[in-house]
Amino acid sequence: MAKPRVGLFITCLADQFFPQVGECVVNILRELDVDVTFNPEQTCCGQPAFNTGYRDEARSVARKVLDLYDDTDYVVAPSGSCTSMIRVFYPELFEHDPELLRKAQELGKRFFEFSEFLVNVLKVEDVGARFPHRITYHDSCHLLRELGVEQPPRQLLRKVRDLELVEMDDFKLCCGFGGTFAVKFPEVSVPMGQDKIRAATSTGAEYLVAADGGCLMHLAGLVHRQGLPLKTMHLAELLAQR
Amino acid sequence: METVVQIGSIHERGSETVADPRLAEAYRSSTVRLYTHRLQALTEVPGFERLRETARAVKRHTIENLDFYLAQFADNVERHGAHVHWASSAEEVCRIAVEVVKKSAAREVVKAKSMVGEEVELNHAIEAAGVRPVETDLGEFIIQLAGERPAHIVAPAIHKTREDVSKLFADHLKSERTTVPEELTAIARRALREMFQKAGVGVSGANFAVAETGSVVTIENEGNIRMCTTVPRVHIALIGIEKLVPRLADLAVFLRLLGRSGTGQKLTTYTSVLTGPRRPGEDGPEEMHVIMVDNGRVKALADPKMREMLYCIRCGACLNTCPVYRKIGGHAYGGVYSGPIGALVTPEYIGLSAARELPFASSLCGACRDVCPVKINIPDLLLHLRHEAQTQAPQPGAGALPEPLMFRLWAWAMRHPALYTHGSTLARWGQRLVARAGWIRKIPFYPASQWTAGRDFPALAPTSFHERWKQMQRSQKGKGQSERVKSKER
Repeated sequence: MAKPRVGLFITCLADQFFPQVGECVVNILRELDVDVTFNPEQTCCGQPAFNTGYRDEARSVARKVLDLYDDTDYVVAPSGSCTSMIRVFYPELFEHDPELLRKAQELGKRFFEFSEFLVNVLKVEDVGARFPHRITYHDSCHLLRELGVEQPPRQLLRKVRDLELVEMDDFKLCCGFGGTFAVKFPEVSVPMGQDKIRAATSTGAEYLVAADGGCLMHLAGLVHRQGLPLKTMHLAELLAQR
Repeated sequence: METVVQIGSIHERGSETVADPRLAEAYRSSTVRLYTHRLQALTEVPGFERLRETARAVKRHTIENLDFYLAQFADNVERHGAHVHWASSAEEVCRIAVEVVKKSAAREVVKAKSMVGEEVELNHAIEAAGVRPVETDLGEFIIQLAGERPAHIVAPAIHKTREDVSKLFADHLKSERTTVPEELTAIARRALREMFQKAGVGVSGANFAVAETGSVVTIENEGNIRMCTTVPRVHIALIGIEKLVPRLADLAVFLRLLGRSGTGQKLTTYTSVLTGPRRPGEDGPEEMHVIMVDNGRVKALADPKMREMLYCIRCGACLNTCPVYRKIGGHAYGGVYSGPIGALVTPEYIGLSAARELPFASSLCGACRDVCPVKINIPDLLLHLRHEAQTQAPQPGAGALPEPLMFRLWAWAMRHPALYTHGSTLARWGQRLVARAGWIRKIPFYPASQWTAGRDFPALAPTSFHERWKQMQRSQKGKGQSERVKSKER
């Protein structure tokens, strides 16, 4: 089989706030003999506008994404939210334009979140990582419920040497980020995040790990404001540890 | 009389609930209990998923052919000797019901729990006619004494502790103070027993309305619905038009789902199938009236996307699982229906401009869709309402820029990579004023100020991934691709 060509969709949050996540994804994929490219024209998938009800604005941004990956076999993003946006919601956005709908559906077929790409497409669970710490994993909502990706992150984590993975109570409970929900309803978003942090801390974990930057920004922001010892980490960063 | 929904207070009331340890604990413990019972209950039913699929299919078929089934239902109701009335608005429902009550010369009306009754504020109308309405469901009885609206679709007094109830009963019924649940229930029972005997009219809702037989189906644990619908001489049933199912046999699917989804029960204590008033030699009301209620449902029905919300069988499972409902409680939603389904039906029934914030009061986590017995795609419908809100009832400006303009500017920047890049470079410079060791404690303008009120905000990384990729490409000119990328900065 020829080397698969993967275009990286970095996501606007990782691009601006956690670029090291992108570096980790590139390194891990290259070590698995994947040809990774990055189209510098990319900016955002359009979800912030879509979730807030501004479909025309979302569509104008999404339209650009449709043309970014004609020269790759797959597209991989370190985010369940962005992947859901392309796979699940782009068809809704473009439902009235047959040509763009076709493009969106075709792109959706080969667009994957990072952990599901490793496990379900490359059929790899052991990426050679080592991380001698106790961690707990938070299922981000889009990844879990829109994409149905629950096992792949755990399959990958179980192969990390010297790692202790402990499940927290309510690991499927929303962390409270919810995109614009975090700024529209902070009086609910913050307590929801605090519940999640409490659950994580109760496991004795040093690290709270998730596959989505939005959740991590929200939880890390809470941890830092409260001066708690819990550390947060993106799944891709953990998998790049040696 | 329009139902007054105080949506503006969703933030205020939500914050109150979060900040009140007793209320917060009441909501937390009750919803966790109901949610846990549901989980246990569905392990008993092999093929629970298929049951949900079937239930959804039946509801979909019924709603898509509602005109047919309503006509069939009405024919059968009349065939069995009951009266059918059609009410398009809350006022209509009240007018028709009060007319029946007046004709019956009843001085008291006993009421079984009916969310539709709450929706149209029937009690006010009955009182205005000089007749006394008495809620007989224990939870409704409690909130009637407290002068409150239901806080949950299935458990209206979910937010009340036994201490709250003890005080309420002592104040209004002059009963002994006690916090023993059995004793509190006995106090209510004594007060209500007499009412069932005295009342000239009993009002109920309906959990299901069977088109094939013209039957009204009610489910309950207390037995008060049985009393309300069989003891008084006249029975009025308020039925939202979406309650229809085609055949008696369809109940087999819904009855297996409803109890388990809502409270974890295999079946509620009583399930009643009422077909017409009493026949010679039977117990039951002499006169039966069925009021079919629109009040915004036809509007939802007309919308091919939104009509899915009419599949709802009012089990309450979505409330019990919703992390937002658990925090803000039922009253925060402002209307009669709360939780995820409330965020849909309230704006749909009474209009978005009156209930604009509700579709946004969700993190779109999707837990509700996972537990809905008829698999309503609640997050998707919420997203559609959000879109409708932005096109029909634009957000008043909360910050320096109105929100629609903000997003138009945002989209413009996102469509132009050069703008996006320059914008982020500018932001990187700007944040030097406020960022300390990679974190920002306070951003003074909306909407970012809403973030930093309760959390720190991460500073933008020193270089973006775009920039790092460019560096990688430069340093890799001539080298093999397996070079490990090592960035000099964090």
